[in-house]
Amino acid sequence: MAAVLQPTHPAAVPQGGGFLFQEAGGTRITTPETFTEEQRMLFRTGLQFCREQVLPQADAIEAKTPGLLRSLLARAGELGLLMVDVPERFGGLGGDKTTSLLLAEANGLMGSWSVTFAAHVGIGTLPIAWFGTEAQKAKWLPKLATGELVAAYALTEQGSGSDALGAKTKAVKSSDGKSWILNGSKLYITNAAFADVFVVFAKVDGEHFTGFVVERGTPGFTVGPEEHKMGIRGSSTCPLYLEDARIPVENLLGEIGKGHKIAFNILNLGRLKLGAAVLGGMKLQFASVLKFAADRKQFQTPVANFPLIREKLARMAGAIYAIETMTYRTTGLIDALLARQKAGADDEARTIAAFEEFAIEASIMKVMGSEALGVLVDDAVQIHGGAGYIQEYPVERAYRDARINRIFEGTNEINRMLVTGMVLKRAVKGTLPLFAQAETVARALAEKQLPGASGGDAVAGAAGDAEALKMAALYTLKVAAERFGTEIEKHQEVMAAVADVVMDAYAVDSMVTRTRQSASGLDPVKVAMTQAFAADAIARSSERARRALCASSEGEGLERQLAAIAPLFAFRAFDPAALRETVVRAAEEAGGYPLAIG
Amino acid sequence: MKILVTAKRVEDPESKIKVKADGSGIVQEGLKYKINPFDEIAVEEGLRLAAKHGGEVVVVSIGPKEVQEQLRHALAMGATKAVWVNHGGALDPMSAAGLLKAVLEREKPDLAILGKQSIDDDQNQTGQYLAEWLGWSQATFASKVESLESDAEKAKTPAIHIAADGKSAQVVREVDNGLTTLSVKLPAIVTSDLRLNLPRYASLPGIMKAKNKPIEELTPAALGVDASPQIQVVKLSAPPPRKAGVKVGDVQELFTKLKNEAKVI
Ligand SMILES: Cc1cc2nc3c(=O)[nH]c(=O)nc-3n(C[C@H](O)[C@H](O)[C@H](O)COP(=O)(O)OP(=O)(O)OC[C@H]3O[C@@H](n4cnc5c(N)ncnc54)[C@H](O)[C@@H]3O)c2cc1C
Repeated sequence: MAAVLQPTHPAAVPQGGGFLFQEAGGTRITTPETFTEEQRMLFRTGLQFCREQVLPQADAIEAKTPGLLRSLLARAGELGLLMVDVPERFGGLGGDKTTSLLLAEANGLMGSWSVTFAAHVGIGTLPIAWFGTEAQKAKWLPKLATGELVAAYALTEQGSGSDALGAKTKAVKSSDGKSWILNGSKLYITNAAFADVFVVFAKVDGEHFTGFVVERGTPGFTVGPEEHKMGIRGSSTCPLYLEDARIPVENLLGEIGKGHKIAFNILNLGRLKLGAAVLGGMKLQFASVLKFAADRKQFQTPVANFPLIREKLARMAGAIYAIETMTYRTTGLIDALLARQKAGADDEARTIAAFEEFAIEASIMKVMGSEALGVLVDDAVQIHGGAGYIQEYPVERAYRDARINRIFEGTNEINRMLVTGMVLKRAVKGTLPLFAQAETVARALAEKQLPGASGGDAVAGAAGDAEALKMAALYTLKVAAERFGTEIEKHQEVMAAVADVVMDAYAVDSMVTRTRQSASGLDPVKVAMTQAFAADAIARSSERARRALCASSEGEGLERQLAAIAPLFAFRAFDPAALRETVVRAAEEAGGYPLAIG
Repeated sequence: MKILVTAKRVEDPESKIKVKADGSGIVQEGLKYKINPFDEIAVEEGLRLAAKHGGEVVVVSIGPKEVQEQLRHALAMGATKAVWVNHGGALDPMSAAGLLKAVLEREKPDLAILGKQSIDDDQNQTGQYLAEWLGWSQATFASKVESLESDAEKAKTPAIHIAADGKSAQVVREVDNGLTTLSVKLPAIVTSDLRLNLPRYASLPGIMKAKNKPIEELTPAALGVDASPQIQVVKLSAPPPRKAGVKVGDVQELFTKLKNEAKVI
């Protein structure tokens, strides 16, 4: 049967959110199998650094040994690990975004280090790299790229977290016009204890949200005491105080009143990187719990042999496959978009625009990545039994460390809202053909024209699931948009429920595409991971889509709508034990996630 | 000075090595590969010597096209250029030494540093054959007096000392009861032991630069060498799985068991 959804956008031009309107596997995607030799080598260096220099120091890092994180940043700088996103003319590598994410993954093995690293190379350095003047870039970037200087990013305040633009910190120009005078405070700032360069957001004259660079040592600028945290205890998180802090006028970043552009665009990259960083942690914890389960015996049997443990192990591997595939697909799309344009003086503007184009996917990675890690470390603690609750075992720390990921870089609530909100905004703008395609879907459902299996191979069922998920997302969005119009943003349960379906659609679509893309025929392990994930996704999304409808509709209309989508979630029988065994055996064979990056 | 180093492609010891059912070799599928760790140490020593005395480091590997990955790695560490002997067949220490001899005669280095052995077959013979056939002096198992935590190591000081006139080198080598120092005439063959140095990582700028460094391709035929091996592998078999151990309560019990049960003391 022909696919219901037909692409309306040339597949060659990468489009954010475009996956919703394409057939699964319709385009080639970037995957670990397509990485270049250089990308693999760069990844290996990052991984080797994190394994050999960072992990052995984990206890010392957690004990906040003074100077340790700084010296590790300097060491990372020597190897060039901090220079990837800095333009070449300022001492950087000007590398592709896939490499940047590979390094986020490689440095993701330990929470405290991962967050320190990400705050420096990402949210700390990039505002200057993307929005700085030539003079600002020349002043700070070369030293940020080597780790000689360390950066921090200060947006959050006591009264403004999710409501980032509600900042109270105020900036006024001095009477002689030579300085900005900042007053206010910031809260929970990563790297604060040892950073040199702080990107600080304040409102000019209490009105115009604007970015500034504040250097350590500025009179009137002080860093408060360390917070005592649940996890990532080795990382530094402190408040900042600005009391008539006077900075040179040249330290204004970007334009007055355009601070939101800096804040939001930086978050687009930060969210994507978070998805990659959690992958590093997931892979490490998976390998480690696999070994634990093989060694730990109960009833004279390694606990790894018990089906309930194997079920968890299989789910872990499948989640890693999903996050890995989506992460590198997204960054591949960004690189492809950038490659279509000519390099030139407006490189930064192009980069910002490319990340903005894939802001939907970035929010998806933020939410799915952080939640996948959360489930994985939770299962890992469970497999450890009592030992998982004891500090001696690294999984105890991993469990605590994972939690922050659902909170920062925009809480998962905020990001779920963004996923659906951005799809709708683009639909209204006309860049995504949401309404036309949703009509097609509604008609198809009325005529009982269902996606069914597509492609005739071992992942045909999952390919049909991907299409069903997209149809369900478009259909529920249409119902909700018709009901609530511009008020839809207020109906958060609908927004979040639709976001969940959209996210699962991206996951299953990506996994099917990657699984089909392998040159040497379908890899049974990839097939099994895809099938198992798709089965879970259909079960989850079936509930989410129905809930979205229930919150948007009532009476007979609702009954009709529920009946219309029901066939999309028709249950397909499968053999969970067989899928699970294929995956876990491969993992046992490999001693970890079975598809290690070369 | 010109220093030649080797970079053999070997199975990554982190991947699971399995013997094929028919014992004809190991299962290649799913295996990861890396540069032989002893060779990586050789590359590092070469780079340190070149940094101190000036000159270039040429890295050589023998094997199918995949060995270019290991050459690239050495280039990313900082080697100047690479020579790839394109050879798909089996190798043994003699055929490897024969090919390397021809490469050395072309390249005419002042010093060649090889790993003392490669971690795949652990034969420890190639450097010795090579020196013998070239008629060069040899210093095997190169090591150093300073520890790997020493300041000298942190400063990336080369362990091999080249005489001021550039005609000889002093090499500290590991022997059963300690260290000994050899003075060898150059050109010479040195093979590296594990404690010679800690090899550097391939840095990001290094990796990017390596993209544009030359890899010269040669073949046994072009070198005029018959590379057929003289050792024939009859059959491989996996070692028997290790039996479960026992926990002993104290040293006394350990001695008793070693004496009465294991009968080794
Ligand atoms: C360890 C750590 C490191 C950090 N590092 C930095 C840093 O380097 N720089 C920086 O600027 N900040 C940093 N932060 C701050 C972090 O980004 C914020 O904590 C986060 O954005 C959430 O803001 P909040 O804490 O004010 O929570 P709130 O915004 O008060 O949220 C409370 C709850 O309400 C929900 N909520 C809020 N608004 C909505 C809404 N509109 N709809 C539905 N639900 C809503 C939230 O999802 C959350 O569940 C860090 C925080 C921590 C804990």
